[in-house]
Amino acid sequence: MTRFVIRRLLLTIPILIGASLLIYAMVYALPGDPVRALAGDRPLSAAVQAQIRADYNLDDPFAVQYAKYLWGLMHGDFGRDFSGRPVLETIGQRLPVTVKLTIVAVVFEALFGITAGILASLRRNSFFDNLVLVSTTLLVSIPVFVLGFLAQYTFGFKLGWFPIAGVADGWVSYLLPGLVLASLSMAYVARLTRAAMLEAFSADYIRTARAKGVGRSRIIIRHGLRNSLIPVITFIGADIGSLLGGAIVTESVFNLPGLGRAIFDAVRSQQGTVVVGIVTLMVFFYIFFNLVVDVLYAVIDPRIRYE
Amino acid sequence: MGTCGLWEGAGLSETILSETMRRRSPVATLFAVVVLTVVVLTASGLAGCSSAPSTPPGMFSVYLGEPQRPLVPGNTTETEGAKVIGAVWTPLVTFDKESRAVTYDGAAESVTSSDNVHWTIKLRPGWTFHDGTAVTAESYVRAWNYTALSTSAQGASYFFSNIQGYDDLQAGDDGGPAATEMTGLWAVDKDTIKVTLAAPFAIFPLTLGYHAFDPLPEVFYADPTAFGKKPIGNGPFRADTEWVPGRGIALSRFDDYAGMDKAKSRGVVLRVYTELSTGYTDVLAGNLDILKNLPPDAYASAKDIFGDRYLEQSSPDITSLGFPLYDPRYADVRVRRALSMAIDRKAITEAIFLGTRVPADSFAPPTVVGYRAGACGKWCEYHPDEAKQLLAEAGFDTAAPVEIWFNAGAGHDGWMIAVGNMFRKIGLTYKLRGNLQFNEFLSKRDAKEMNGPFRLAWLMDYPSIENFLAPQYATAALAPTGSNTTFYSSQAFDAALAAGDRAPTIEAASIAYERAEDILVDDLPAAPLFHGLDQAVWTKRVSNVEYDILGEIVLANVIVDGEAV
Repeated sequence: MTRFVIRRLLLTIPILIGASLLIYAMVYALPGDPVRALAGDRPLSAAVQAQIRADYNLDDPFAVQYAKYLWGLMHGDFGRDFSGRPVLETIGQRLPVTVKLTIVAVVFEALFGITAGILASLRRNSFFDNLVLVSTTLLVSIPVFVLGFLAQYTFGFKLGWFPIAGVADGWVSYLLPGLVLASLSMAYVARLTRAAMLEAFSADYIRTARAKGVGRSRIIIRHGLRNSLIPVITFIGADIGSLLGGAIVTESVFNLPGLGRAIFDAVRSQQGTVVVGIVTLMVFFYIFFNLVVDVLYAVIDPRIRYE
Repeated sequence: MGTCGLWEGAGLSETILSETMRRRSPVATLFAVVVLTVVVLTASGLAGCSSAPSTPPGMFSVYLGEPQRPLVPGNTTETEGAKVIGAVWTPLVTFDKESRAVTYDGAAESVTSSDNVHWTIKLRPGWTFHDGTAVTAESYVRAWNYTALSTSAQGASYFFSNIQGYDDLQAGDDGGPAATEMTGLWAVDKDTIKVTLAAPFAIFPLTLGYHAFDPLPEVFYADPTAFGKKPIGNGPFRADTEWVPGRGIALSRFDDYAGMDKAKSRGVVLRVYTELSTGYTDVLAGNLDILKNLPPDAYASAKDIFGDRYLEQSSPDITSLGFPLYDPRYADVRVRRALSMAIDRKAITEAIFLGTRVPADSFAPPTVVGYRAGACGKWCEYHPDEAKQLLAEAGFDTAAPVEIWFNAGAGHDGWMIAVGNMFRKIGLTYKLRGNLQFNEFLSKRDAKEMNGPFRLAWLMDYPSIENFLAPQYATAALAPTGSNTTFYSSQAFDAALAAGDRAPTIEAASIAYERAEDILVDDLPAAPLFHGLDQAVWTKRVSNVEYDILGEIVLANVIVDGEAV
């Protein structure tokens, strides 16, 4: 097991380097001149433009630019954005926001999604089952920004149950955006759980357990749910990975200064070092949580072993 | 107040863990593992976590977009950063709200010259920076030289280009700058600055109202990056804490401020938002005190909802349709006049912008000295029949579509489509070229790659019509080093501008600039379309909210809870 984890972690190094190269190349290939955009409609004297280009290595050919970036990286220097702020500082300031939002979203997603899925599978074709079906269809089909503004207006402004925007109220600030962010995945989790549970209920071992006289709740949790969790865990794990990359729309609507907005701005202003720094971090999260999921497989299902 | 997430996060996970361990169900254990991983991840290497600026008693909050540059006056040329600079610094000169004439209520006592070349700036004595050091003539001279020097890479460098010796501070193709100090600039004594310009410039005092001319304290040069996060100026508000990206900054009243416009509140929180709609909802709910610019769905209703807590003012900008004069198809002035007369400006401002834009009838907005109503005359009016006739006279090829260029994702699609449809009405077809990102659009425009009319916009730096003529249409300002992207070049126009620059008084200069505008109207390198409208709303907590002539809220004047400090 330990060897498996170490091997997987080592494997992430070439993947991260490859990813950073790819991302750097893509930002480099974006049309237009980032320094020109900095000036906007106003003039920026030629000599000043040249100086900014020199400061950010923008005159160098791609290979040299990337090599300089990697060299800096090996010395712990993630580069600077156009306002001279170290990328690492930006990440340090914005990651906690994104992490908190992710935690809240995943808690909602798992809690409501799995519970709804179990209940729906237990009372198949009942009113509750149909309710879950309809409401999840609805959630999946509404764009996040509509849901966000709607929730903000209704629960934040009209009813005043939650803060409207910003992070000034600590964890409470994250409840509403977390719920909005979780809504889509919550729907998937509910459906995944329901389907997997139904499948499990028709399996032989459930019948055996029933015949042995095992209690109902024990059958559901111990035998049914445990065997149904693999697809759900896979989904949630992947979801954590992508949520940690920042949720541009939700962060904008609720004015949360997280990673999503930072990367959006950086792409628009073609700040290669910022984009690469953040996206590479996202890639790492994604790989890491996939690894966590793989490890969890073994915990859930003793038949799975990693040697 | 903001809470720091790390320990709270750890607390939460502990609770969850202990709770679930007791029950020991596999689901809960799994769940706990997930939470634990996330928390461990948070704990590793996430030291920084600043609290968001909330609004302490006696202070008020204002909407702000994320600034793109460090908070240094000579490096901030975009509007959002300029709002912070405007609160932390006081410019040399100010302007009368009604006449828009220069007043000396700022840091300078007088700005004088006998020949428009040699200028003497007298500072008001006794001013200090927020760090307690004195503001002297040297604080200005050193800051200006620093900003002008190309190797400092400051965005507002070009503002000093008319001072003698500026060229020596620019790096050439063959190496670094020849000098680090402009020959035409020196501090005579503690309170006197002498400036020698490369050429006469009658409205030089007006330009000093721009924040690029603000002074910098000595501490700036030690660490410009740190300074750019926590600026130290000479203005009514001081920064107590660092700028937090994505969140904003809290500024408190500078009690030792020597200027006349002392802050009437305890301070201001500039809070960063990414969505106008969110800011608007926050004002409605009373969480944000002042919002300038409204989301489109509030254009119509804001006036009724806010009543006397709503204020609008024509903003000092202009949006035009520029013509690529280098393209033979648009080289004939009759074609340009026809296309300009084909546009129903009133319909666009009312139907598309719901009255939040004002049709342009001049090359400058009404907010500048030298503006004349109707200066553009007939060419800026709606005459579709005449337009059609002119096109026929000029032999314009109506079969090929007119390609209309603008940048994507900035809300220009609606009115550009309207312009296209108006062209269609006079027998043309059009093609929208609106899929370019801003920087790509700018680069193409500089490189003469527009093959049809394009979006052209300008925001005022100082309230003279000259600011809307020279930077956009003078030969000296040709792109890519300047902003003349129509590549208009007229000796008569340049001469009229120069005559204005040499004029003995600002008033006389204005008359000469008006002549320059007449030449521009005749040649019509661009079709002026509309000016913006600034709309501000505020909560009941604050009062005395007003605009300055640049269309920004005068933060120092705002009163909180009806009680001026």
